[in-house]
Amino acid sequence: MCLGIPGKITEIYERGGLLMGKIDFNSVSREVCLAYVPDAKVGDYAVIHVGFALNLLSEEEALETLALLREIAATEP
Amino acid sequence: MKYLSEFRDAELTKGVVKQIHHTTTRPWVIMEICGGQTHSIMRYGLDQLLPNEIELVHGPGCPVCVTSIELLDKAIAIAALPDVIFISYGDMLRVPGSHNDLFSVRANGGDIRVVYSPLDAVKIAQENPNNQVAFFAIGFETTAPANVTSILLAKSLGIENYSVLVSHVRVPPAMHAILNSPDNRVQGFLAAGHVCSVMGYWEYTPIAQKYRVPIVVTGFEPLDILSGILMTVNQLENKRADVENAYTRLVTREGNISAQTTINNVFEECDRKWRGIGLIPNSGWRIRTEYTAFDAEKRFSVDQIASEESSLCIAGLILQGIKKPHECAAFNTTCTPEHPLGATMVSSEGACAAYYHYGRKTDLK
Repeated sequence: MCLGIPGKITEIYERGGLLMGKIDFNSVSREVCLAYVPDAKVGDYAVIHVGFALNLLSEEEALETLALLREIAATEP
Repeated sequence: MKYLSEFRDAELTKGVVKQIHHTTTRPWVIMEICGGQTHSIMRYGLDQLLPNEIELVHGPGCPVCVTSIELLDKAIAIAALPDVIFISYGDMLRVPGSHNDLFSVRANGGDIRVVYSPLDAVKIAQENPNNQVAFFAIGFETTAPANVTSILLAKSLGIENYSVLVSHVRVPPAMHAILNSPDNRVQGFLAAGHVCSVMGYWEYTPIAQKYRVPIVVTGFEPLDILSGILMTVNQLENKRADVENAYTRLVTREGNISAQTTINNVFEECDRKWRGIGLIPNSGWRIRTEYTAFDAEKRFSVDQIASEESSLCIAGLILQGIKKPHECAAFNTTCTPEHPLGATMVSSEGACAAYYHYGRKTDLK
């Protein structure tokens, strides 16, 4: 139920007083509500749940996590 | 960066698993709160990669599973009313109520529709002005921004035939209930990453301190879950009980403030009954009086229904991490996804359904 899928914001517009946009999920495009990520820019990634962006994804944090995991994985016990 | 494949990397996964084995010296019981994480664990077989000392128990983070039978019976009664279009997320339709389920109402001619987003429900109300349109708003904190936005949108568009049957629940009070139970075995938690993306994780610090349990905010991909487990085991082995974040690419300590503000404008805290667990104080959200016009419980006068649970189903014990699905006598015998006795066998996030679909019909360890 709390399933959230990352996707890339490809369009941002307003409709019916709500900030909306198009999200690309691995080449499948869907309309989503961006009301809770007002700072979103085209090209940003967000996690989408029931048609709403929960928050934006941080590439910097993702890269840092992966670097840390590589370090952990390379450590000989 | 696709934010998916990178966190499913096999070599990195092996390396993190190796570190978990190296770090673990004693038995530990860790609960993943979210049913979505339970499914990732079963789907990728992550539990089988762990040392025998680490036991994962599955938490109550499945809104379909914990929606009370009284509220479900009410939903079924509203859905059966003439001229009502009843709208739900798909999983809810096969969950057994006291006497029937929403699917059987639909089979008998009820207009029940499934939507992906609550905004679709508002659209249906707009397109059907002569019908009452009731939306079954179940969910944890993750789903609350979407559900409250549907109410705000209906209000701003002047759509008067739209109402919402709210069954909202919150994670932190459930963690208190689990930790206060005399049967509790949980020593550390993987907190639900998507709940925290909305709410942040500041609410968990008093829980970690009061009960001396490590709590690690965790995502949903295999590497996310394994790094959450590694951080939890590290804390347990070093006698620490802190709140840590293993899902930093999405979650911050304060969470999504604008979403929290909007939730608080429309919802207020209330006591809520969880199916199989019982009443947990302040564990729910209900519609504030300013928005009573959109409250389906107020709009439809449904007679008092005598709700009755299956006497065989032990979903409540499973949702609290006390029992495992395969320890239930009904599991895979009288209870299957085709003929479920309880919601945990229906929902795509239910622990019983996860054990059933991913071949965990006996204890593998």
